[in-house]
Amino acid sequence: MADTSVTHAHETHDEVNDSQLWEGGTPPMRASYGKLMMWYFLVSDAFTFAGFLIAYGALRFSMPTWPEPDFVFASFPFVKAHWPLVFVTVMTFILIFSSVTMVRAVQEGHRENSRGVVFWMFLTILGGASFLGCQAYEWTTLIAAENMTVSQNPFGRHIADGVYLNADGSEAKNEDGSPKTFKNGESYLLHKHEGKFDVPTLRYTSGPYAGQTAQAEFGPKAFGALFFFITGFHGFHVFSGVLFLTIIMLNAAGGLYAARKNGYEMVEKIGLYWHFVDLVWVFVFLVFYLL
Amino acid sequence: MAGHQTYEEQKALVFKGLMLLGAITIVEVFVALLAKGHMIHGVEFKHGFGHYLYMALMVGFSLYKAYFIVFYFMHMAYEVRGLVLSVLLPTTLLIWAIIAFFQEGGAWGARRELIKQKNEEVVQPASGGKPTGYLLPGATYFKG
Repeated sequence: MADTSVTHAHETHDEVNDSQLWEGGTPPMRASYGKLMMWYFLVSDAFTFAGFLIAYGALRFSMPTWPEPDFVFASFPFVKAHWPLVFVTVMTFILIFSSVTMVRAVQEGHRENSRGVVFWMFLTILGGASFLGCQAYEWTTLIAAENMTVSQNPFGRHIADGVYLNADGSEAKNEDGSPKTFKNGESYLLHKHEGKFDVPTLRYTSGPYAGQTAQAEFGPKAFGALFFFITGFHGFHVFSGVLFLTIIMLNAAGGLYAARKNGYEMVEKIGLYWHFVDLVWVFVFLVFYLL
Repeated sequence: MAGHQTYEEQKALVFKGLMLLGAITIVEVFVALLAKGHMIHGVEFKHGFGHYLYMALMVGFSLYKAYFIVFYFMHMAYEVRGLVLSVLLPTTLLIWAIIAFFQEGGAWGARRELIKQKNEEVVQPASGGKPTGYLLPGATYFKG
């Protein structure tokens, strides 16, 4: 008899509990837990990137000269010409396109259209991968052809007007016979010959060092470190984004999110992340390439 | 969720976003190249008012792009006020970070010459090579 009474009491307890269960109701801020946490992760990530970019600004302001972006970023694949900022504009467009296809994927998700989600996510992944390819080209050019590293920056700018000198101390001449002069603020790139940097000798003709002979100097070394670290950190975000987009696209194709019947919320969450990567690029583009 | 928009309206927004972000980017690059003297021979904005105007334009365009991405691509415009504020208010801390660190960077730059000069300064030893510190009279020292 004792057994029965225990069972009975247990059943009563369950009935009470069930009636007091929270039905779910409206989630805080009317966003699901996952979406809300994605937003807060992005806030923290925004602060990380802001920290890096502000460090860039502080170091740039502390230097007497800084490499000019339109001089540094002027190479273009298969073209032997000086095309300032053209390639990075192409990269920016690739990222904008991939952001737009991501919005379409999220919209198709709300309509529970599995084929649409997979199609637009595939285009987004293609965009992300293309961006990474472009970045690989940009880095390869800077490292292999122009010899920039995290601790060495051969992109400099003259601090006064002057003239280049030959090894014997006479003024160097252009092909037409005029003296090989340079202007204050003009950019230069130190080239490597047989493993050694070819550092030209010069004489200033203006400014506080007028009349003095000097060697052309390397540019601020912080430039290389900041460039590789910040664009590398952004590129790593793009790379992880491409991985997660691929996983989620495969899940969507396999019908996992259709079974959840929540409007492909996972696609919406990775969409937030992907737009954030584009958002960060807006500011990386601003400080490294435009200003 | 943008639930109150029709599918056609949503698609139109995507197209508008593409055109807007693309157009702003092209204008940005054009203005940057113009300011650096690549567009019109002899025209450049590298100093003074023109330079500040150019920088303000660049920052303004970027902030507008950021606003559009966050509010329309990330649907912030359709979230409740609490979510919007909890995400956007903390970022206002960055305003002070920018002011403080840029000023600090400028101060490093301004002192660069002074620091270099101090580093290269040779301090002459006192004549006779005798120690010239502030030695107190002998009686002052404790002799245990």
